[in-house]
Amino acid sequence: MQAFLDIFDIYLLEAVINGILLGGVLALLALGLNLIFGVIDVTWICYAELVMIGMYAMYFMVQYYGVSYFIAAPFTILLVALLGAALHYLVIAPLLTAPPINQLLATGGVLFVLQSFATVAFGIDFRNLGIRLPVLAFGDMNFSYARLLSFIAALVGMVAVYLFMTRTFTGTAIRAISQDRQIMALMGVDTKRIYIITSALGGALAGLAACLLVLQYDVHPFVGLSFGPITFLICVLGGLGNFIGGFIASFVFAEIISLGGLFSDLEWGYVLAFAFFIVMMFIRPAGLLARRR
Amino acid sequence: MTRQAHLAAWAVGLAALVMLPFVYRDPYHLHILVLILIWSFAYTSWSMMGRFGLVSLGHGGFMGIGAYVTALLWNHLGLSPWVGIPVSMVAAGALALIVGYPCFRFRITGHYFVLVTLALSGIVLQVITATRDWTGGSLGYTPNRATGNKLWALQFDDKTTWYLVALAVWVVGLVVWHWIDRSMSRYALEAISEDEDAAAAAGVDVTAEKLKITLISALMTALAGAIYCQYQMFITPDTVSGIAVSLQMVFAAIVGGLFVSLGPTVGAIITILLAESLRIGFGTRAVGWDNLVYGVLLVLFIIFLPKGILGSLLERLKPQRKPSPSS
Repeated sequence: MQAFLDIFDIYLLEAVINGILLGGVLALLALGLNLIFGVIDVTWICYAELVMIGMYAMYFMVQYYGVSYFIAAPFTILLVALLGAALHYLVIAPLLTAPPINQLLATGGVLFVLQSFATVAFGIDFRNLGIRLPVLAFGDMNFSYARLLSFIAALVGMVAVYLFMTRTFTGTAIRAISQDRQIMALMGVDTKRIYIITSALGGALAGLAACLLVLQYDVHPFVGLSFGPITFLICVLGGLGNFIGGFIASFVFAEIISLGGLFSDLEWGYVLAFAFFIVMMFIRPAGLLARRR
Repeated sequence: MTRQAHLAAWAVGLAALVMLPFVYRDPYHLHILVLILIWSFAYTSWSMMGRFGLVSLGHGGFMGIGAYVTALLWNHLGLSPWVGIPVSMVAAGALALIVGYPCFRFRITGHYFVLVTLALSGIVLQVITATRDWTGGSLGYTPNRATGNKLWALQFDDKTTWYLVALAVWVVGLVVWHWIDRSMSRYALEAISEDEDAAAAAGVDVTAEKLKITLISALMTALAGAIYCQYQMFITPDTVSGIAVSLQMVFAAIVGGLFVSLGPTVGAIITILLAESLRIGFGTRAVGWDNLVYGVLLVLFIIFLPKGILGSLLERLKPQRKPSPSS
C-alpha cells in the first residue's frame, strides 16, 4: 500500500509539472487572442488554424528542405505574422463598422478556408517533425525536453511582448487604443496602422506557438480543433482582453487537463475543463479577475 | 398579397412537394432532396436563435446529441427511435438550459456567448470521441439494422417514405418559425437583440425569453440530428457534431438569409448543390474543395451581402416597405 502511494504521488507531481509546462504554450495563445480582442475588439475564431498553418510551415522547412529548426522558426513566425496582418487587412478591416457577430463569423469562414486549404494542399496525413528530443529524467519523474523548451520559449515570448507594450511608443499606443478607441484617433494615432501591427503581433504569437507545438504534436489539417476551443475557454474565463486573467486561466486549465488526463483519457481532461468552466461561469461570469459591479 | 392568396400559395407549393415523389422517382435526386430537407430543418432551427442575434456555434453539439443518443439507445437498449428521439431531444434541451442559463442570467452576450457555445460543440465532439468503447469514436457509428417492424425501428428502405418524413419535419420547422413570428416573444427577442438593458427596463424577462428560444432551437436541432442518423444509418463525430457542423449551419443560414422563413432552406439548397456538384466535378479530389469554396463564400457574403440571397432578393422586390427592425 505504501509503495502504491509513493508511485501515485510521483505521477501526481509529474502531472502537475507537465500541466505547468503545457500552460506556458496555452498562455501564449491566450495572450495573442486577448491582444487582438483588447485592441481591435474582434475574436479570431480561426486563431488555432493560423497555428496549424505555422506548424505546416515548420514541417515543410525542416523536414522537406532540410532547414535547421532554429533558422526555420523565425521564418515561420514572420510568415504567420504576415498572415495575421493579411487577415486583418482583407477580412476584418472591411467589417470594422459591421455588427461584431459578423466579424466573428467572417473569421469562422477563414477557419473553413485555412482548414480546407491545408486538406487540399497537404492531404489529411498526420505528419511530424521527426525530431525526437531527449526525455529528462528527474528522480523518478520523466519530463519531455520539448515541453520544457516550449515553456521557456513561451515565457520569453510573453516577456518580449510585455517589454514591447510598455517600453516602445507603438506599444504604448496599442495599450492606449485598447482603453479608448475613439479618443486615440483624435490624439493623432493612426488607428489603421496600429490595428495592422497588433494583428501582425497576434499572428507572430501564433507563429511562435506553432514552432513550439510542432515539437510535441503531429500536424494535420484539423489539429487546430484540438487546442482552439480550450484557448477560447481560457480567454473567456480570464476575461476577454484581460492579459493577466488569461495568463492565470491558462495554468488553471492546463492543470485540469493534465490531472484529468492522469486519471483517464486526455479527452476526459478536456471534458473536465469544460465542466469546470460552466461552474466558474456561475461563480464569476465576467472572468476570474473581474471586479464585481 | 392578401392573406388568403398567401396561404393558398403555401398550400399549392406544399401539395406539389408532397406529390413529387409519386411522379418523379429518380433515387439519386430524391436522396439529394431528402438531404436538403433535413439540413434545411437543422438550419431553420439554428436561425430561430440566429435571427435574434443569439449566434450559437454550439448547435453541432445539439445535433450530435440527437444523433448519437438515439442510435446508442437503439443499439444498446433496443429502445425504438420513437422513444429514443424524444429522449435525445430532452438531453439536448437539458444541456442547452445548463449552458444557456448562466450565459443569459449573467449577461454573457456577443463574443463571449459565441465562444462559450463554440467550446460546447467542441466538448461534445470530445466526449463522443472519448467514449469510443460505446460510440465507435472517430470511426463512426451505425445503428443496427431492424430485424422486425421497420416502422418501429424508424428505418425505411425506399426513398419516397424518407422524402415524406423529411418533408413533414421540414414543415414542422416552418410552422414553428411562423408560430414564433406571430408570438409576443418575437417582439421581446427583437427588443433584446437591439438593446438588452432597455428591453429589461421595458419589462421583458430577458433570461426567460432567451432560454425559451434556445430550448426550442436545441430541441429542433437534436431532432434534425436524429432524423439524419436514421436516414443515413451512419454517423461520425465530424458529420453530426463539432465546430465544423456548427459553422456549416451558420454559413447556410447566412447565405440563404436568416431573417426570412425560407432563407435557411435556400441556404441548404445552395450549399448542398454546391457540395454535390463539386463532388461530382472533382471526384475524390473534391475532399476539402467544398469547404474551401464554402469558407470563401461565407467571408464574401458577410462582407457584401449580410442579409443573404433570399433576404436581399425580397428586399429588392419590396422597396416601398420599411426595413424590418431586425435588420
